[in-house]
Amino acid sequence: MLEIVDLSVRLGRRAVLQGVTLTARAGEVLVICGANGAGKSTLLKAVLGEVPADGVIRLNGHDTATARPGTLAPLRAVLPQDTEVAFAFSLADIVAMGREAGDFAARPEVDALALATVGLVGREHDDFRSLSGGERQRGHLARAMAQVWEPVGPNGPRWLMLDEPVASLDLGHQLQVMRLARGFADAGGGVVAIMHDLNLSSMFADKMAFLIDGRLEGMGSPANVMQGATLEKAYGCQIALNTAPMAGPWLLPQVCGPA
Amino acid sequence: MLQLSPALAERVRLPGLTMTAALMTLVIAASVLSLTSGAAGLGLGDLVGGLFGDGLTPRDKVVLYDIRLPRLALGLVVGAALAVSGVLLQGLFRNPLADPGIVGVSAGAGLAAVFAIVLGGLLPLGLAATLGAWLVPVAAGLGGWVTTLLLYRIATAGRHTDVAMMLLAGIALSALAGAATGVMTYLADDRQLRDLTFWGMGSLAGATWTKFAAALPLMAMALILAPRLARGLNALALGEAQAAHMGVDVQRLKRLAILSAAAATGAAVAVSGGIGFIGLVVPHLLRHAQGPDHRRLVPNAALLGAALLVLADLASRTVVAPAELPIGILTALFGAPVFLWMLMRNKTLRGG
Repeated sequence: MLEIVDLSVRLGRRAVLQGVTLTARAGEVLVICGANGAGKSTLLKAVLGEVPADGVIRLNGHDTATARPGTLAPLRAVLPQDTEVAFAFSLADIVAMGREAGDFAARPEVDALALATVGLVGREHDDFRSLSGGERQRGHLARAMAQVWEPVGPNGPRWLMLDEPVASLDLGHQLQVMRLARGFADAGGGVVAIMHDLNLSSMFADKMAFLIDGRLEGMGSPANVMQGATLEKAYGCQIALNTAPMAGPWLLPQVCGPA
Repeated sequence: MLQLSPALAERVRLPGLTMTAALMTLVIAASVLSLTSGAAGLGLGDLVGGLFGDGLTPRDKVVLYDIRLPRLALGLVVGAALAVSGVLLQGLFRNPLADPGIVGVSAGAGLAAVFAIVLGGLLPLGLAATLGAWLVPVAAGLGGWVTTLLLYRIATAGRHTDVAMMLLAGIALSALAGAATGVMTYLADDRQLRDLTFWGMGSLAGATWTKFAAALPLMAMALILAPRLARGLNALALGEAQAAHMGVDVQRLKRLAILSAAAATGAAVAVSGGIGFIGLVVPHLLRHAQGPDHRRLVPNAALLGAALLVLADLASRTVVAPAELPIGILTALFGAPVFLWMLMRNKTLRGG
């Protein structure tokens, strides 16, 4: 379980997050939504210990502010937005780094399996920096998958923290990545993802959390959270909501203007 | 030649262990060659006789045990230390251009060494006596450490290392250290001036067991510590945040990498003066031959650095025999063009 209690973050003079309290459970996909600057990335950074924060964050009972990096690494893996890699590490090298950071150092076969889940088999020996943006993102996802290869471990559920996992992916790969996240949660792991695509979120999330100006303004199932009023407040434009044939809210941005 | 095409580079990449075995052979060959070459006319046959029998004259024994062996031993550890120091700094700065000479760490260590030579007499007698022969290496290590910390502070704003800032800071630190060293020479007396001159030439000439023993502890510390930092340095290639998410204690890693690189560079500078580019060329060649994995890079760089420095030393005392070329001139002759080559490939500025 990921527990966030009364989390506040100030960057300089600006209060980026104010009193955010939420819980993410293993077996669920939690999507964090909100406009640019609403505090999504800061929330994830606070959970990952990248920015100083007030409040309490516990992952499987470990206080993340005091836990050692070596304690947390086997419990949760992180997919960053594009991150620069120094030196000519191959894709296989990068995936192996993730695997060795988790509990799977003695299982080198995991690398190939993780690469297969993101459709990068055959590219193992490519210089990571020579891959396209979308391939790099999937490569980093394979690294994260290899780090938490089994969704449940001896110390409880494992977690995937995804920062805009589909940002630079085409339609097919967006679905592939979301299915991976869904499958990880269905197998007992926990997924926390920052997303901009509300339709994908609606299709794959168990819970959605809406951040508006640094405050949590709605948390629950997509059907409960994706309400016209919330969306207008969050994005500052009018949105027509429909229901998708497969169930769940579904929208197209329409006639944008001040709410 | 230095830049293999990707396909060719892939084909010639050797597994780490094969490479280690090949490099060990090279170190042994270079050592034998170094021990059996010199002005005294003591050859391979004499050496074998000396090691396994008692066929050596007293004069030959002095040549072997008091001149050539300490010089070889010093060359091996200095070469290994400089190469490993380069690997550590490059991993830390996430950039292949970070050589202790280029970014000013050697200059900082050198300045501290000069301070120790000239002002050592001003230390409280007890302290000077305790440190003894270790005074200059320890001072140089401290100088290198302070310089590396400064450099890191200047070049790394937030979580991003700016390559241009790193190189410019290196120029500034080197200039400052050079000027301060110049001032110190005016304060030195005649004996100290002679020490400074010998030291500044960058040479293994005048190697003694005392010098070797003085430099060994710091270098051994760095060479023992470095392999333990390898996994962390690999992860650091993905940035500090990702390294931390992969279980690396990044602050501790940086502290130890800075400390080890400074200790190795300081000890090397203290006993051999300014020998440049070993820390640049050795890791560069190895990354092309076997890939960037620090777990193989660290030990293999130590071996290749040791072999290259012994060979360079051999060349420095044979090409213009009976005179001797400062070894720093030779390493610069080969290293500087490699540096230029790396600069011209724009890619390396982003971490090639």
